[in-house]
Amino acid sequence: MTDFGDNFSSSLNTENKGDRDLQEFLFVEKQKAQFNAQIHEFNDFCWDKCVDKAGSKLDSKTETCLTNCVDRFIDVSLLITNRFAQLLQKSGNM
Amino acid sequence: MDSLPAGLSSTQKDELMDQVKQQIAVANAQELLTKMTEKCFKKCITKPGTSLDSSEQKCIAMCMDRYMDSWNLVSRTYSERIQKERHRMP
Repeated sequence: MTDFGDNFSSSLNTENKGDRDLQEFLFVEKQKAQFNAQIHEFNDFCWDKCVDKAGSKLDSKTETCLTNCVDRFIDVSLLITNRFAQLLQKSGNM
Repeated sequence: MDSLPAGLSSTQKDELMDQVKQQIAVANAQELLTKMTEKCFKKCITKPGTSLDSSEQKCIAMCMDRYMDSWNLVSRTYSERIQKERHRMP
């Protein structure tokens, strides 16, 4: 999907108003697709962590677990990104 | 990829956009279907027998509904978080 968008976009002529519209359209669609892909991934592992038995509805404990799972994953991702950047800075490689 | 012929007509452009949207929607549905099948098979079919019995079928139906509930909840949580992070940025 990423390659498709990039190749396609770069083959468009930005001078052309119609092409700019298309480019903008593709940019938005690509972001939506990335957002969806991320949700599929979150739901994949949060389901494994939080959902024990599939009952007639998600109980509140499961719902809390799912929202916490997403939020904590993002926390971890941010924490690791920041710490990794600090490590790189300290080692003077960047 | 070959470059596009200069100047698509607006009808061609609309068709192209519709096609792209449709392909993305199909891909999204396929992904959901694949994941749901995998997760619900794991949850409901602990010992594969000679056929799907009615309790297994009921479990699968329930599991599908819950998987979609979960998907929607995760989606809501993620977009709220993105919104929050955007606010935090200077």
